[in-house]
Amino acid sequence: MRRFLMKGNDAIGEGAILAGCRHFFGYPITPQSEVAHYLAKRLPEVGGLFMQAESELASINLVFGAACAGARVMTASSSPGVSLMQEGLSFLAGSELPCVLVNIMRGGPGLGNIGPSQGDYFQATRGGGHGDYYTIVLAPNSVQEILDIMKKAFDLSDMYRMPVVVMADGIMGQMMEPVVIDEEKSVEIPPRPWATIGRDYHEDRNEINSLFVVLEEMEEVNLRLLHKYEEIRAKETLCEEYMLNDAEVALVAFGTVSRICRAVVDKAREQGIRAGLIRPITLWPFPYDVISRAAKSAQCLLAVEMNMGQMFEDVEIGAKGRVPVYHYGRLGGMVPLAKDILEELKKVSERGGTGR
Amino acid sequence: MHEEIYIAGIGGQGTLSMGQMLALAATSENKEVSYVPFYGPEKRGGFANCGVTISDHPISSPIISEPSVLVVMNNLSLKNYEDSVIPGGIIILNSSMVDLGVKRSDVRVISIQASEEAEQLGDVRVTNSIILGALIELTGVVSAGAVEQSLEQILPARNLDMIPINLKALERGSELARNYKKAWSNLS
Repeated sequence: MRRFLMKGNDAIGEGAILAGCRHFFGYPITPQSEVAHYLAKRLPEVGGLFMQAESELASINLVFGAACAGARVMTASSSPGVSLMQEGLSFLAGSELPCVLVNIMRGGPGLGNIGPSQGDYFQATRGGGHGDYYTIVLAPNSVQEILDIMKKAFDLSDMYRMPVVVMADGIMGQMMEPVVIDEEKSVEIPPRPWATIGRDYHEDRNEINSLFVVLEEMEEVNLRLLHKYEEIRAKETLCEEYMLNDAEVALVAFGTVSRICRAVVDKAREQGIRAGLIRPITLWPFPYDVISRAAKSAQCLLAVEMNMGQMFEDVEIGAKGRVPVYHYGRLGGMVPLAKDILEELKKVSERGGTGR
Repeated sequence: MHEEIYIAGIGGQGTLSMGQMLALAATSENKEVSYVPFYGPEKRGGFANCGVTISDHPISSPIISEPSVLVVMNNLSLKNYEDSVIPGGIIILNSSMVDLGVKRSDVRVISIQASEEAEQLGDVRVTNSIILGALIELTGVVSAGAVEQSLEQILPARNLDMIPINLKALERGSELARNYKKAWSNLS
């Protein structure tokens, strides 16, 4: 066990290597570039392959190819680059290929800016590309959790044969915190009998495809995906609760904002306001159950995000209209400050269950 | 112990390096620490700030909005962040670059002609180490030894010969801060 200071983007790279990932295809973009920088150095050291592609489109399609060949493979980008990858992501989902896509979100829409944002929530949690599909979306909130969640991302993508998105913002990518790495831990990568690596390695003809011209066959694939998604919803939802049991106001936040909100909960409690925090770790599947339970015990819910109110809609779905759901957000690369969230919390706490 | 340190200036002044040295020192002392940089897209001359939280306890928010210590390396940063400091907090000014005065009367202010001091030591690039020396002397947030050791990690290999002059700069900053500490303790 070693404890040392690490940057979030580096932790994505090291976490991937610890998870047995040996293939990375990507294209640099701020605030994600250090992931590529780190892996360009580290992957050759462990016998892996780093390739800077000519574009994001090429990157995601190289990921597709490597995944077909059975590699533990990933790419990373930031918002505009991730948009460019959506077609490929849909093909990966349709072809049931495992891979990990990291999105270090920045201000948008359009080219936006390099400030931190959570504006890609809808894109990530509703599939992102065309067609009827989901990806698992993981949202870590510390450098240690980034490091650990990379392994989980690869394991889930293998277990369910689907792309997994790790989503963080520019702050998570750029911040440094101490991490503990257990280098003794060994990695087991499950066998991939479906991989298309040639008849020398598999007896039958393996085929990876997302084109099903016979409608009934396409529906069969869609139903298989649906059953997979139902299983994931039942088994893989992750959520952290803080001071929730007796909370009158429950904050809901993920990623960087959840860290700020945790401090806000402490401050509110010091001032006699019973606040609590729900932190979804999986954004898809979303922890509707926890929200639903909080909607029975708390007087209102307050979603805090770095967007106009995207996760807010999932909180409303979970609350099922039982209590008012409020939203507080900063936009355009701005970060909500603890004191402003506390003000908002006081406001909604006074309004309580009486609606907007 | 819990300090929230905000270091504000422009690119090239060593603000981010200062923050990283503090974070490295705190890590080596087994403390909890978060370091978050904020900077613009400019290649040169854009704002370059960082927040460093060092604590004995797990850190909730790594985002600092009310620092206990503010380091100011240019005029604009003083305008922007003077009001954010908690009452009783510390503002450290590089008065070589800052000619505005601090308006607050509920904070302790220390002014150091850090750029001139650095030039006297032989290299203006160690300005940040002079400020950092003062900061650790005033707060005791990490030990001088731990900061000294962080130099090896932060400096690129080609600049390792800069370690001795940085050590001198850290010591000079600490010496200048001791005078303030005495004056402050006489006040209270």
